[in-house]
Amino acid sequence: MLTKRIIPCLDIKDGRTVKGVNFEHIKDAGDPIELAALYASQGADELVFLDITATVEQRKTLNVLVNQIAHRINIPFTVGGGIKTEADVRVLLQNGADKISINTAAFLDPTTISRFAKQFGSQCIVLAIDAKCESDNNWYVYLNGGRTKTDKLVADWAREAVDLGVGEILLTSMNHDGTKQGFALDITAQLSENLPVPIIASGGGGTEAHFLDVFTKGKADAALAASIFHYKEVAIPDLKQYLNQKGIAIRI
Amino acid sequence: MSITIVQYNAGNIQSVLYALERLGVAATVTDDPAMIQAADKVIFPGVGEASTAMAYLKERNLDQLIVSLKQPVLGICLGMQLMCGHSAENDTTCLGIFEEQVLAFKATEVGIKVPQIGWNNIANLKTELFNGVPENSFAYFVHGFYAGLGDNTIATTDYIQPYSSALQKNNFYGVQFHPEKSAAVGEQIIQNFLSLKS
Repeated sequence: MLTKRIIPCLDIKDGRTVKGVNFEHIKDAGDPIELAALYASQGADELVFLDITATVEQRKTLNVLVNQIAHRINIPFTVGGGIKTEADVRVLLQNGADKISINTAAFLDPTTISRFAKQFGSQCIVLAIDAKCESDNNWYVYLNGGRTKTDKLVADWAREAVDLGVGEILLTSMNHDGTKQGFALDITAQLSENLPVPIIASGGGGTEAHFLDVFTKGKADAALAASIFHYKEVAIPDLKQYLNQKGIAIRI
Repeated sequence: MSITIVQYNAGNIQSVLYALERLGVAATVTDDPAMIQAADKVIFPGVGEASTAMAYLKERNLDQLIVSLKQPVLGICLGMQLMCGHSAENDTTCLGIFEEQVLAFKATEVGIKVPQIGWNNIANLKTELFNGVPENSFAYFVHGFYAGLGDNTIATTDYIQPYSSALQKNNFYGVQFHPEKSAAVGEQIIQNFLSLKS
């Protein structure tokens, strides 16, 4: 049976793993390669590396780091941050990334998605959406690492992107990110039930029960978290045992 | 022992090379027919689209070369699908090593996602390729097309319906999953392939 995936996310800044709260207050959380190897050995199903300063500072993702990670770890991983062109994607895939994640560049020019999907295949194109629920109770797309609001509804953008060829959606709730109060269940379930591609839920995972909720009520295919793993508040083997005992299909 | 990885216009080839390096094994990535022919083991990897990949192989006569190989050959993902008779992906005639046909996953109910992405069980394991690999081990899959069950099936996986997650005929082996990304289970399978008698 296809299992639900647990995905530690490593936000990368200047070659180090960092973690903020609500996209701000960045703190250092260690060497990304050592952390990646640790998570792989603990049973993480995939890894995501996001170069969080790439878009803002117009930096390219650190290809050298990606290459080192690819040499070291034996599970799939996604790389995101500042990816704009076919050349950006090609160099990341050649350095051993399994998938790439796009966000702002895809929104500003949606043909990016169809071009990437045609050239590299939908299976390696992940669309990251930074979503925020506003006072009108609608979920809006944010760009540039959560700094720029748009008028586009998350559900509309997700549908458009799937039609253009993205293979997966990484949905981060800015309202929940870093709070450890649980994932955004409603918008996650809405996307998962209406779209034919896997949904990776991100933002707000604080306890083992939150992961159970996002797989059952949130209908997520995968759940991503960062700080609770980095700071050893939730251990991946314990989390997977817990989910298994609760009847979730999970790789032990 | 010399190992070559067939280079063509498909993705994920570096990942296979790195996986071999982690096992302490050197390999050469090449599309040179003489080097492929002379290798002790040949790995035919790939993530991509079937018709584009077949066109590329034909242009360089790699299609005829691959079917003529006598040493152990391991096709991975698209590589395995290209070793079948026909793929429904853009109605592509493939290499015809395995009689099994490649079909498209069709989502049958809400919540079933295509492509299949993630870890699924491999069962009914046969041949020395799976020596030391327990029944129902997990392997990592990323695919929208699958090979049906047939006489060459040496592993099965269930997604929407049961299908061949590995095939074998004579010296040809194929796996739908990615052993190079399947943690310790994948490493065991690669090791087993490298241990096959030439």
